[in-house]
Amino acid sequence: MLIPDNLLYTKDHEWAKIEGDNARLGITDFAQSSLGDITFIDLPKIGANVKQSDLYATVESVKAASDVYAPLSGEVLKVNDELVNHPELVNKSPYESGWFSIIKISDATEKNKLMTPAQYKGYVEGLSK
Amino acid sequence: MEDNTALAATPLIDKHKNLGAKLAPFGGWLMPIQYSGIIEEHNWTRTNAGLFDICHMGEFTIEADLSKSNLDDLVTVNLKSLPEGTCRYGFMLNEQGGIIDDLIVYRISQFQWMVVVNAATTNSDEEHMRKYLNGATRLENISTFLGKLDLQGPESGNVLRRLVNEDIQLKYYTFGYFTLLGEKIIISRTGYTGELGYELYMPNKNILQLWDRVLADKLVKPVGLGARDTLRLEIGYSLYGQDIDQNTSPLEAGLEYFIDWDKEFIGKAALKKEKQEGLPRRMICFVSGSRRSPRHNYHIVHQGEDVGSVTSGSFSPSLGVGIGMGYVSREVKVGELVDLVEGLVSINAKVVNKPFYKNGSVKCERAKNAYTG
Repeated sequence: MLIPDNLLYTKDHEWAKIEGDNARLGITDFAQSSLGDITFIDLPKIGANVKQSDLYATVESVKAASDVYAPLSGEVLKVNDELVNHPELVNKSPYESGWFSIIKISDATEKNKLMTPAQYKGYVEGLSK
Repeated sequence: MEDNTALAATPLIDKHKNLGAKLAPFGGWLMPIQYSGIIEEHNWTRTNAGLFDICHMGEFTIEADLSKSNLDDLVTVNLKSLPEGTCRYGFMLNEQGGIIDDLIVYRISQFQWMVVVNAATTNSDEEHMRKYLNGATRLENISTFLGKLDLQGPESGNVLRRLVNEDIQLKYYTFGYFTLLGEKIIISRTGYTGELGYELYMPNKNILQLWDRVLADKLVKPVGLGARDTLRLEIGYSLYGQDIDQNTSPLEAGLEYFIDWDKEFIGKAALKKEKQEGLPRRMICFVSGSRRSPRHNYHIVHQGEDVGSVTSGSFSPSLGVGIGMGYVSREVKVGELVDLVEGLVSINAKVVNKPFYKNGSVKCERAKNAYTG
């Protein structure tokens, strides 16, 4: 299970990468592996304001549709258009080419509510016991 | 993790674990859902051959003299006219015409039949049959003794020929006896995928060896229940407990083809009445205009009105779009548009005839490489 050192995590298996005033968002290796083959992703619109812990995207696998919650609040600056025709990128590369969106962070203190890589690792290990 | 200790497991459970399968409960059993991935397993079955552990399904042998037994009333299949060496799909109905189970009946000999039923309904089926059958009938539940593997895909005939060292000349919905691993086994030309395929019945004590032997063929990969579901849905086959159940009739489900009106059976009067009065609802099939897929229980909206709900829905690996089926309470014709709605999600879809996937090899007499493989 890949858990990169430079990201922050939620208990719903989303990640956030802080890039200056912005954050790049996606779902974790654990999430893609649990979902199986991802077949469709409904991404937020550019300009939309997302709120931490609120529903902001939907991921469909062959078997089911799952909700994705925003790790941080902010305005959506960019979404990964590649995922429209190639949602399987999230399976192949959840932290790189399978990113979901980039937001402009509206409240930097929210970062404190996210898990560090070590915390997330412990959390995931607890789930699979 | 979920507590799976209350679940039954097939003799192959450790094989699945060693293959790295994801396991999940299905019909009271802990079953492999996927090995390498649903889409890969699905595509492999459509192009080569997939091997499925189907040991969870129930089997009964029934001995009866039909001049004295009331066995024939239990099913919609005509047991009298079913020739030896052939099998047929049909139903066991309740008095209201609802489906107690869908099943396949095999005519073993003049006085003997084998009935193959769903895993989750095996015990209730047995109860129903024992309650109804008279003394001139001997019913035996052989589910714990008999194992079942499905081998499905355009290459399945070639694979089997290499295994049993003889040509498998079975027409669709016939079966025969073959020797494998020193054991006489039943192979039937049947399946649930829309591909050329076979179902292999053999005692559980040999099933581990059989599994290994079949999997040793380079063209065979293990396939889990995830791909079994997408494969069957692409053909428009119903799944018991999801598309059909005690409260749906074969007529509503669009399965009248499997009803033999020339014989008597429990539920016949109710079906006749339903036919005369008109069906309260009927099954339709639909294709989404995108990769977004309808799911179980999504509302079916036709011309702005909620007219029913989705029973099965999934992404179709072969077609690259969402597909599904469900019951509607008014006539919705092929070619018409419906919306499949749940919360904020609304999927545009078009009503189509089944099968969704039309290039299956199921009716091919043999795979194209039969003499070169």
